[in-house]
Amino acid sequence: MSAHAPARPLIQLRGVTKRYGQGQAALMALKGIDLDVRAGEFVAIMGPSGSGKSTAMNILGCLDNPSEGQYLFQGAHVEALTRDQRARLRRRYLGFVFQGFNLLARTSAQENVELPLLYRGTNASIRHAAAARALQAVGLGGWEHHTPGELSGGQQQRVAIARAIVTDPAVVLADEPTGNLDTKRSQEIMQLLVELNRAHGITVLMVTHEADMAAYAERLVHFIDGRIDGDAPNPHRAGVAASAAPMVV
Amino acid sequence: MFLNALLLALRSIRRNLMRSFLTILGIVIGVGAVITMVTLGNGATLAVQAQISSLGTNLLMVRPGQRLGAHGAGGAPAFTETDADAIMAQIGGIAAVAPEARAPITVVGNGRNWATMVIGSTNAWFKTGNWRLASGRLFEDDEQRAGAAVCIIGETVRREIFGGTRGVGEQLRIKQFSCQVIGILASKGQAAMGSDQDDIVVVPLHTLQRRVVGNLRVATLLVSMQDGTDGTRLKAGLRQLLRERRKLAEREDDNFNILDTQQIAETMAGTTKVMTTLLGAVAAVSLLVGGIGIMNIMLVSVTERTREIGLRLAIGALERDVLLQFLIEAVVLAGLGGLVGVVTATGASYVMARAMGVPYLFDPAINLLSLAFSAGIGVLFGYFPARRAARLDPIEALRHE
Repeated sequence: MSAHAPARPLIQLRGVTKRYGQGQAALMALKGIDLDVRAGEFVAIMGPSGSGKSTAMNILGCLDNPSEGQYLFQGAHVEALTRDQRARLRRRYLGFVFQGFNLLARTSAQENVELPLLYRGTNASIRHAAAARALQAVGLGGWEHHTPGELSGGQQQRVAIARAIVTDPAVVLADEPTGNLDTKRSQEIMQLLVELNRAHGITVLMVTHEADMAAYAERLVHFIDGRIDGDAPNPHRAGVAASAAPMVV
Repeated sequence: MFLNALLLALRSIRRNLMRSFLTILGIVIGVGAVITMVTLGNGATLAVQAQISSLGTNLLMVRPGQRLGAHGAGGAPAFTETDADAIMAQIGGIAAVAPEARAPITVVGNGRNWATMVIGSTNAWFKTGNWRLASGRLFEDDEQRAGAAVCIIGETVRREIFGGTRGVGEQLRIKQFSCQVIGILASKGQAAMGSDQDDIVVVPLHTLQRRVVGNLRVATLLVSMQDGTDGTRLKAGLRQLLRERRKLAEREDDNFNILDTQQIAETMAGTTKVMTTLLGAVAAVSLLVGGIGIMNIMLVSVTERTREIGLRLAIGALERDVLLQFLIEAVVLAGLGGLVGVVTATGASYVMARAMGVPYLFDPAINLLSLAFSAGIGVLFGYFPARRAARLDPIEALRHE
């Protein structure tokens, strides 16, 4: 779809607002956002807490509908979709990486990665192969049968990333993906995201409040007080040269 | 999609083995109790029916006295042998009539003593009581007339007195006289009240009257009806005949009673059936409690796994995927409990049936019913928690600590 219309951005937000509560007590989390993301971009969304970046991320991830405005995903109006329609859109086009990994406990890496395919109804042999490939891609080949309890934090986040990319999504949304990791592991995870973005052409949208991590993105969007305060290419992009080097697990 | 939901449910049960086991325990006990109670109850009913029909089918027991039972005779006169002959001759539809008198006596033989019941009657007695001979022969006509010193003994008496030998042809001393054993009765086992039916010695009526008790009284008339006879009409005719023979005036009450074994069998079988139903109902309550246990655990599970549910919804699970997963989890848990319950109950009822001396009777209907019921409980009590899980907001759920 996007291939025939390269001019049209993958994601378009038009005048998006989000209001919580009613009347006097209402809180405007987003006060009119316009944002375009083209396919293949690596965008970091930054801002202090309460700036609306998480709310924006929930809307971008089709987990929530805007109160007003339009959200076009590949030209389709997401704001008009029902709950189940959004779920179908998520499982077809989106991958999620969370700060807390959110892996199923006492469940092997393989089974964790297979989970999204299970909801798609993919048959078992394709599922196993795809999960193995995804784990290979994040550098965890051979760790298929380990449960989260047997993996380090960095490895757990790699499993989570494998789970996000196993469906070949158009977009991976990462919400503070390095928030629970030390600096070294954080850098490795960022390297991995950069590589996935480059090698597989996956669009990456990442929320972070750490400038070090945002430095890996090619575009920085700043949120303050429910508005976009700055949107510019990253002049000093980190990790790009290093991405060619072999990965350290 | 259904298979995938089943796979997810099984995986999540496997992740919580201990809890899953404790959850199904309620159902296991419930199903086990229902099946065990009903199976034992059915066995008991069957045992009662078998024991009573072993007294004789279509059998009427006529005794002197107004009240039912062996010891209600009071001052009422006993019957005589001619009463039996008169009944046989004057009332239609009768297969056999046996006059019976009995006396508790310690018999001696083979150097051993044994306290037993000596019964005096005719060959008709074996017919009315559905007795068969294990070996030997019945009384000859002239033996019956003359009151010969011959006897036919029950299996218990044979075992206690003669032990390993077959007994026929041996001598047995009853009080002052010695009689020859001419036959052994096939064993009938315990009677309904727990007494041993095989603990008897049968001699011709005249033998008992002349050589043992010294009078001509007949305590009981056993009347065996032909198959397909109208019992009510026959009883009415019998009553009329006996009233005439006992010279009762119009206004006098009967000084005898007629006991119908068919009636007793039906009454007692009815009683045990009521008990079975009652016990089954009590057990069913525990099944219900087991169901509530499942709902409780499923609710706890939903709360505890809120983040997991959020994740599932975020990565594309539809509401109905989550609903189905939790519903299947509940049904699988309950069904598994039902299955384990069936197996447990089969073992338990087999062991208990043997201990209680009732026959073990596998009842496929109650097993299937309990299994289906437990799965139904899974649906019923799993639906509410499952719906709660399915309706969670993924954002809220993911933020849940």
